[in-house]
Amino acid sequence: MFNYILVGFLGGVLGGMGMGGGTVLIPLLTVFCGVDQKAAQAINLVSFVPMAIVAVTVHLKRGRIKKKGLLSLILPAAFFSAVGSAVAGVADSLVLRRAFGVFLLFLAVFSLFGKNRKQPVKQREIHDKNDFGRQKCDNLHNKE
Amino acid sequence: MKSVNKRKFQIFFVGAATGLINGFFGGGGGMVVVPMLRRLLGYDERCAHATAVAVILPVTAVSAFTYLNAGIFPTVTGFSVSIGVFLGGISGAAALGKLKPTFIEKLFSAAMFAAGIRMLLG
Repeated sequence: MFNYILVGFLGGVLGGMGMGGGTVLIPLLTVFCGVDQKAAQAINLVSFVPMAIVAVTVHLKRGRIKKKGLLSLILPAAFFSAVGSAVAGVADSLVLRRAFGVFLLFLAVFSLFGKNRKQPVKQREIHDKNDFGRQKCDNLHNKE
Repeated sequence: MKSVNKRKFQIFFVGAATGLINGFFGGGGGMVVVPMLRRLLGYDERCAHATAVAVILPVTAVSAFTYLNAGIFPTVTGFSVSIGVFLGGISGAAALGKLKPTFIEKLFSAAMFAAGIRMLLG
């Protein structure tokens, strides 16, 4: 049981940093703890909810969430997530595991080579401060 | 007018893709929606991350319910992991900004790559 708390903690730390906790937690559970792929996916989904409620509350208070038009993103996403999880529910665990492996490889390659990494962080911050362009947080003055 | 429709379609498509991936893989929706919010809609980094959590939360609640309903969730293991995730999530959020993000991201990408290969073969 302690192992599971520890693995959850590791996944949670990365998730809290906004780096995809689930993409770490699921392989940790399956590769290192021998948990079945489908069960690991269920664990990741359920464990995400309480943490995300806290995170969203904090982000809302600080005005970091852009609420305008958010529902037109959430509604199709919620509908298709039901479709996706229904398919996963009847799929074979080994097929899911292989598919997840391919998904991870894509993400790894994309995050290593795909993004704009050339711009230094400091410059980006200055850019953010001065950018009152197309899309903004709801409360720009409340930035830390 | 046409560009407004195009934008609406793009938002719908991003939402649909995020939902499908998050439901089927049981996670990873944030890895899709964050870059999309940044590139397609021009959100700044912090805004994109915060808004992504607000999108993923209801989406995950729907998928979690579907998995729970199908009886796939192992209760004892699941709750142990959830306690860890909750504590780790708070620690990670607090540590954000104190560590060099580029180094962690590189390490993270390498770990994902290794895990991906392991899951394909093992």
